[in-house]
Amino acid sequence: MAKKPTAAKDAAVADEGFALRSLQEAHAANKRYAASDDELLTFYEQMVLIRRFEERAGQLYGLGLIGGFCHLYIGQEAVAVGLQSALDGEKDSVITGYRDHGHMLAYGIDPKVIMAELTGRAAGISKGKGGSMHMFSVDHKFYGGHGIVGAQVPLGAGLAFAHKYRGDGGVCMAYFGDGAANQGQVYEAFNMAALWKLPIVFVVENNGYAMGTAVKRGSAETEFYRRGTAFRIPGMDVNGMDVLEVRAAAEIALDYVRAGNGPVLMELNTYRYRGHSMSDPAKYRSREEVQEMRDKHDPIEAAKAELLARGIAEDRIKDIDKRIRSIVAESADFAENSPEPEMTELYTDVLVESY
Amino acid sequence: MAIELKMPALSPTMEEGTLAKWLVKEGDTVKSGDILAEIETDKATMEFEAVDEGVIGQILVPEGTEGVKVGAVIAVIGEEGEAAPAPAPSAPAAAAPAEAPAPVAAAERPAPTPRKADPAIPAGTNMKVSTVREALRDAMAEEMRRDSRVFVMGEEVAEYQGAYKVTQGLLDEFGPTRVIDTPITEYGFAGIGAGAAMGGLRPVIEFMTFNFAMQAIDHIINSAAKTNYMSGGQMRCPVVFRGPNGAASRVGAQHSQNYGPWYANVPGLVVIAPYDAADAKGLLKAAIRCEDPVVFLENELVYGRSFELPELDDHVLPIGKARIMREGRDVTIVSYSIGVGLALEAAETLAAEGIEAEVLDLRTLRPLDREAVLTSLAKTNRLVVAEEGWPQCSISSEIMAICMEEGFDHLDAPVLRVCDEDVPLPYAANLEKAAIIDAPRIAAAVRKVCYR
Repeated sequence: MAKKPTAAKDAAVADEGFALRSLQEAHAANKRYAASDDELLTFYEQMVLIRRFEERAGQLYGLGLIGGFCHLYIGQEAVAVGLQSALDGEKDSVITGYRDHGHMLAYGIDPKVIMAELTGRAAGISKGKGGSMHMFSVDHKFYGGHGIVGAQVPLGAGLAFAHKYRGDGGVCMAYFGDGAANQGQVYEAFNMAALWKLPIVFVVENNGYAMGTAVKRGSAETEFYRRGTAFRIPGMDVNGMDVLEVRAAAEIALDYVRAGNGPVLMELNTYRYRGHSMSDPAKYRSREEVQEMRDKHDPIEAAKAELLARGIAEDRIKDIDKRIRSIVAESADFAENSPEPEMTELYTDVLVESY
Repeated sequence: MAIELKMPALSPTMEEGTLAKWLVKEGDTVKSGDILAEIETDKATMEFEAVDEGVIGQILVPEGTEGVKVGAVIAVIGEEGEAAPAPAPSAPAAAAPAEAPAPVAAAERPAPTPRKADPAIPAGTNMKVSTVREALRDAMAEEMRRDSRVFVMGEEVAEYQGAYKVTQGLLDEFGPTRVIDTPITEYGFAGIGAGAAMGGLRPVIEFMTFNFAMQAIDHIINSAAKTNYMSGGQMRCPVVFRGPNGAASRVGAQHSQNYGPWYANVPGLVVIAPYDAADAKGLLKAAIRCEDPVVFLENELVYGRSFELPELDDHVLPIGKARIMREGRDVTIVSYSIGVGLALEAAETLAAEGIEAEVLDLRTLRPLDREAVLTSLAKTNRLVVAEEGWPQCSISSEIMAICMEEGFDHLDAPVLRVCDEDVPLPYAANLEKAAIIDAPRIAAAVRKVCYR
């Protein structure tokens, strides 16, 4: 039989419970970010850029111009845009797994060099030697682009360690999926990040499927935001299909982390419209399920409707759409027409130094 | 009946220790569990407990005595009421107390083998005697003083002062922000180390042994080794993963393995496996400064050995360069890490038989100094590889392939390898001894390639 706690202990337990739930409660109390019209237009533009870019990448894959694995971000745009719009690009770092195109675009990296990397060209951001899953931009503080499920979580804790060690005020945002959330190394990283109060926001992008395995078939606890409780990491359960909810939640999480309190675990509930990768026929879910998400929860359509409701002229929105189409067309042309890497590149950058 | 108290073995590799302090005196009554003495090993000071009841009859080894062999009788306990027993017939060979000039313990004595000076050390440099353990610690301390980005992280590296005392004193000097104890989560902290290196720091990640690094090998290979290439040279990962590697002593199969060949297989890594103190220090300093990820393989059995160490302000050695440890004209023995000591020992035996063996220490396993191997082969025309590790897909196989592909015309005999037996390392003392390479086996292989 459980011992009856003393009144003092009762209060302490309640306090601890509150600390773990407090961010969620703050979020529930004020769900949506009060974006100005210009901000909302920017979010819309960034989401449309990701959507159109990914659609084009899918096309180029079908034409055989992109090889290997290619994981599209279509449907999840509000997550990267909402979260990263709250970061300080001068000092905050971002790291993610292999579904990385959207996070790069949301961090302002030139779509041309991303697309050229997808087609394996010398002008690609990794000189054509990384491919879709392995892209980095140290200048933009985007640290990959990692192909091994879950590896980016301890690596992100390492980036956060470096922020703290240097005292540069930066925070690391480390993304991973609901599949990676079951990796052991994630919890090793949670433990150390909480123990050392590292400035990191752990972001589970729960898109419902770990490749073909639905969350409930692979996870004993399907509420991922609760999984930090064992390490005293407060969790936040966030609607990842509304860019303003995402942004509002990001601000609460970042305030907490920047104040030196250690990590936050955010679960962003989202959905990918496409298969896990280009080679996935997605037979594990019904067409109706996907259609329901597209019709009723699409983050881009929602933002557009909101802009119109605010009285933004439809022409302004159409101008954005047009501009994005031309940026994406330009990046695809660039990626198709750039030369492949020189053969000498085969041997470069294996080691930095010569011995 | 008198009970002899013997110098205890307090670690798997301890052969002798210092009787630091007696906490009892002759005539004291003791019971099981009482602390009798403090004994210092090269790793730690340990308390020595009584397991029997009785009266301390005679203390045979005074406190302060260094170099007391494991198993030597240090005191005698008599039963209560029993008179102090007569002194043991032949007092065991305990060295003089510390007030006398401290004798250098056998295991710590500099190797007697005639050594060829390292051309990287300027002629006329003053030399001091240092253990490999101290040399490694000094390398880290010097680099931490030089570069504030350097920090040390691992299990028991800080407050415990290092599981094998390699990080002794670092916490005192550099504090807990730069000397960091981790939980026992190799996968996690290897990833944190690699991430911190990507973020611009210079982490030195200690594995308590490389056997545990198998939990973390994904980050060593997939995260650290490949990122520079995959990023088109944008993102570096200047991390050092270090710790003891290879067979220790009687710790069984899961704790006894040489990972040199595993890591040396991976492009993008630098792999270093030094033998003596000068190389341990000079190469660890080079590894910490290096822009590439380094796997630095030490050997627990060599930590306590003493060697000459140059007294230089900044002793940094080139990575990727082998070193001739002993010159010879008749045959080349190629080795690395603990195998070098055995190769030198074999060379001594062979010299007495009229075979002059050249001993080449690879020091770095990747990039491998092929040129040094081939140059020595061209000189001696015969070659044996000695490796404390399994034979298949080993450094030995690689050296043999190099000799075959690029040195065939210089070979007067097939290249032979002397490796550990191709079995998981057994625990039983006799089987363990049989499984691991030794100098007689190396000498026998040399005689074979010399047709003697």
